[in-house]
Amino acid sequence: MPKSKSAYSVPTKKEKSDTYIFVVWVDNESGVLARVVGLFSGRGYNIESLAVAEVDAVKNISRITIVTTGTPQVIDQIKLQLAKLVPVHKVAEFKREDKNVIFKEMALFKITGKKKKMEKCLNACKKFDLVILDETKTSKVIQITALRREIDKISKKLKPWGLISASRTGAVAMTRGAKIFN
Amino acid sequence: MPKLYTGAEIVFKCLEDQKVEHIFGYPGGAVLPIYDELKNHTSIKHILVRHEQGAGHAAEGYARSSGKPGVVLVTSGPGATNVVTALTDAYMDSVPLVCISGQVPTHLIGTDAFQECDTTGITRPCTKHNWLVKDINDLPEIMHEAFKVATTGRPGPVLVDIPKDIQFAKTKYKKPKKEKKLNRKSNNKFSQKQIDQLIDLLKNAKKPVIYSGGGVINSGPKASDALREFVELTGFPITSTLQGLGAYPGDDNQFLGMLGMHGTYEANNAMHDCDLLINIGARFDDRITGKIDEFSPNSKKVHIDIDPSSINKIIKVDLAIVGDVTKVIGRVNKTILKNKNGHSKSNKSNIAKWWEQIQKWREKESLNFVNSNDSIKPQHAVQRLYELTKDKDTYVTTEVGQHQMWAAQHYKFNKPNRWMTSGGLGTMGYGLPAAVGVQIAHPEKLVVDIAGEASVLMTMQEMSTAVQYNLPIKIFILNNQYMGMVRQWQELLHEKNYSESYSEALPDFLKMAEAYGCKGIKAENPSELDEKIQEMIDYNGPVIFDCHVDPNENCFPMIPSGKPHNQMILGPNDQEENKIKGKGKALV
Repeated sequence: MPKSKSAYSVPTKKEKSDTYIFVVWVDNESGVLARVVGLFSGRGYNIESLAVAEVDAVKNISRITIVTTGTPQVIDQIKLQLAKLVPVHKVAEFKREDKNVIFKEMALFKITGKKKKMEKCLNACKKFDLVILDETKTSKVIQITALRREIDKISKKLKPWGLISASRTGAVAMTRGAKIFN
Repeated sequence: MPKLYTGAEIVFKCLEDQKVEHIFGYPGGAVLPIYDELKNHTSIKHILVRHEQGAGHAAEGYARSSGKPGVVLVTSGPGATNVVTALTDAYMDSVPLVCISGQVPTHLIGTDAFQECDTTGITRPCTKHNWLVKDINDLPEIMHEAFKVATTGRPGPVLVDIPKDIQFAKTKYKKPKKEKKLNRKSNNKFSQKQIDQLIDLLKNAKKPVIYSGGGVINSGPKASDALREFVELTGFPITSTLQGLGAYPGDDNQFLGMLGMHGTYEANNAMHDCDLLINIGARFDDRITGKIDEFSPNSKKVHIDIDPSSINKIIKVDLAIVGDVTKVIGRVNKTILKNKNGHSKSNKSNIAKWWEQIQKWREKESLNFVNSNDSIKPQHAVQRLYELTKDKDTYVTTEVGQHQMWAAQHYKFNKPNRWMTSGGLGTMGYGLPAAVGVQIAHPEKLVVDIAGEASVLMTMQEMSTAVQYNLPIKIFILNNQYMGMVRQWQELLHEKNYSESYSEALPDFLKMAEAYGCKGIKAENPSELDEKIQEMIDYNGPVIFDCHVDPNENCFPMIPSGKPHNQMILGPNDQEENKIKGKGKALV
């Protein structure tokens, strides 16, 4: 390591990072997404994916779902820092492995090529709630919902079979059973 | 039908309802309607600064010394960008500021209009919250909420950006609502169970130390009273961060002095060797902790803080109590007293050995320096200033650098809110405008800015403000012709390559004082120092005091070099054995 002559300490050993999903309820007002995202970039936290939309038009509440990685200490900080923001109502966080929470992402794929190859694509996608949105003789636009890693895998697989364009959402999350986050 | 008011009128009605008496500002195109309205509100006095950064720091000095929020009024574009440093400074040091900025009219926002900038975008990371008022009907509520956000919980700066057309538009006025809930951001979440846990730790501690910080000051004078009672009840030693000085009397025997990079030998060793560390309103700043891995390795750690995000951010603690210091320590004291009533079992005898150890560390006299008859040593100058002003309830501000550390080490503060310094951001140029703000809040008190010649030149223009309002601030410049702290690091870490840290062509401060219309005093010799300082104190008006000090003096003691608290460099005599080497350089 080159000798640092900065005014600050050298980093100490790092703990293991894990993937977490944050769900943040915010007032749907201008600039609120910038505050949340700015907090992540300003404090050096990572964003893997992001999904945001209004969920309660009467109370004017938006729900932001953020997938991030960090050590337990960093995840704790993210939660506490988010909770400090004035337009934030509540924050929940889940480990990606959490069995009590459903995580879903959606992807749109455009596939072109010979009929046989396109059929192969459709077959491969069947288990991911496949919906065919558009069809021509030489192309198809399909929709699947799955986990991030599943979509990663399938899109890799479909590439040689004629996948020419992919559009993906960030993850959204919901707990199982009758309970809601609190 | 209720009366309609213009946006500008509403701004002032809100300020009146929030009991604002002073605002610090600078006019410009986008705030002219608000300035036009100023004449109709005689209970509010406007202090015209010379640069918007000065307005921000003056408001900080005002807030820190009075406990009330500081209010800043600036125009759009450069007005707003100039105040960013002060907002960031206030954010780092938890100072309540409400900044009102003008903005170009709403229909011009986003068109790169004259003096337009994305003020809310620029200030988002350096405020607790900010608002762009797009609808006149929102203005009263936003103004009141701004004060609420700035002053509740962990205090901090907020900004309200008001486009010019909104300042002209009319609406009904609304009084502040009683107890509007801020999205459940409650700050007193502690339970008696946690207090009892703390009491248990207190009972069993053999080597305890209390480490108090700026949170005690921010919690109000009652917090300092509670802290003093707590220290008395427990008999524990107490050390303080830079921002916490004054919460506990600096000349008391249980006080170990400041801790951290330039803290005392006894304070830092106590932090390292203790078995119970009680952090009250401090945040484990990196200037305090030194090397994290070896920070206070054998202690149980307790953290009392109003900001939940401060807990476990840097140092993992064993017991966290989230709450206002006054309330938490008040409850702790009550519990201790209640427990004592039955069977008075103080653990003061438990810690007698610990005090003996501390006494041994004290004998090192780590703040010592080699005094001289030929040149004024900067430490000596601060000591003399202290001796000659200590009976006057003096308010002290500082700039940033060596002089700041010497002031913290050698000036003993006995009351809270008497010490205003830029700790978190380390803003050179803070002290002079801060002194302006302090003097506005306390017109009858002695206000001294202990300054360095490099720092003070950054905001020197505010002398003009001091003269305009006849504010008798004393600018006590420890003039060593260097950016002293930079020079010190270069000496210790960069093989004495004093790259750009020497100020050639410094102004003649006496002539400068004359030019501003205030008094200039110069001291070059230790024998004349007392007399000159007395002359400064006795003069009824602003003074620039040019105190020529030894340019080669370094600030000790010092935690160097990737080392933990228990391995400090002491004064010149100790240095040979403790050269800073290799990896350690990174830590200074």
